[in-house]
Amino acid sequence: MNYLADVAALARKDLRLELRARDTLPAMLLFVLSTLVVFHFALPTGADEVAAQGLLWVALVFTALLGLARAWAPEREGGALEGLVLAPSDRSAIWLGKSAAVFVFLALIELVALPAFALFFSPLQAEAVLGVLLANIGICAVGTLLAAMAAASRTRELILPLLFLPLAIPLVVGGVGSSVSTDPGRYLLFLGLYDAVFAILCWASFEYVVSE
Amino acid sequence: MSTSSPNSRVSLVSVPALAALSAALVGLAIVFAFWVAPEDADQGISQKIFYFHVPIALTAYACFGWGAWKALRLLWKGDEHYDLESYVAIHQGTIFGALTLATGSIWAKASWGHWWVWDSNQLVLFLVLFLFYSAYFMLRFSIEEGPRRANLSAVYALFGVALIPVSFFAIRLAEDFIHPTTFTRDGPQMTGSMFFAFCVCWIAITMVAYTLYRVELLGKRLDANLRELREILTA
Repeated sequence: MNYLADVAALARKDLRLELRARDTLPAMLLFVLSTLVVFHFALPTGADEVAAQGLLWVALVFTALLGLARAWAPEREGGALEGLVLAPSDRSAIWLGKSAAVFVFLALIELVALPAFALFFSPLQAEAVLGVLLANIGICAVGTLLAAMAAASRTRELILPLLFLPLAIPLVVGGVGSSVSTDPGRYLLFLGLYDAVFAILCWASFEYVVSE
Repeated sequence: MSTSSPNSRVSLVSVPALAALSAALVGLAIVFAFWVAPEDADQGISQKIFYFHVPIALTAYACFGWGAWKALRLLWKGDEHYDLESYVAIHQGTIFGALTLATGSIWAKASWGHWWVWDSNQLVLFLVLFLFYSAYFMLRFSIEEGPRRANLSAVYALFGVALIPVSFFAIRLAEDFIHPTTFTRDGPQMTGSMFFAFCVCWIAITMVAYTLYRVELLGKRLDANLRELREILTA
């Protein structure tokens, strides 16, 4: 499959760049850990564990934003996006490759952040972890496309959270629901639905974001 | 810019006629809402805002939908006049969205004693949409005018219509773990004359929105034409 080979090559390029430069992952990791410590002081004694479960989602969304703001920085700084757009492959492959790379970053961060959360606050159910995984797909799909939009604007990093947060609210609802509800199945289903709807929309519309 | 200027499209009904029609309809709507429809036995006079709040909300949805439709046409056909139409529709939608928030807030104060209630799913949805579409303007005004801006705005506008049902479901789902609903939203059924008054108000508000859409479009096109002329003169 030519398309998948393109996607894999693009994702591999991002991972290799990160391995060499190491500027995004350590920043995200430090950010999410600092946020968890801030939450300890933001939750007064008597605040129940459920509140912490909700705050975990605030930490995850903001950490993702931090990574997303840098997602297109290598292309922008190197002026490489024009080259990628002109390459003889489907333009949606650029989006899919970038989303896959961002997904790997986010999953690596959560590999540390979720155990840290369990250690600091309360243990997580399996459904909550599944919710995080499903929400990651939505965050990466939507976030990568919006980050490409933000990269094309004058205000860049400033505008990304404004574009992203209203779209992330349903993800937070699904995620918090899957961690605190007695019936997490509905929330996981909802997260899956969100992923499907927005992934298709992003896949179909990315071409218009990068081409003139 | 193409020579068959996209800024001089003509429509069947003139704007002054539309304005007169909307003014008459709004007058009629006020008469129907306040004098023809019977007073609600439960909520009294404060229920009258329902005749304006709900039509304004429905009109805002219609504007967002219309803006997304124009955005889709832009991406499909690449015709640049759709960009302005999409923008103006979303602009009107955001204005009507803000009005929905304002009237909803007044209604909440009148019937539940608080200016803001999270229990009202409609209001929460409009708050999310208001934030979403405010970001649309931030995005639009931070990009140079041109096909790039048109494309990005169109894609974002399309995201909006996907977000409406998804957010609606999300807010419904969140009821479960946010707090239980303390009052029911489905009150007594509307009587025939109430429903008729509601329909009159709905038509009136829709006409107002359409008139405003046409006026703004006219102004924006005039502005673009003027700029074009000025460029030709200075060249």
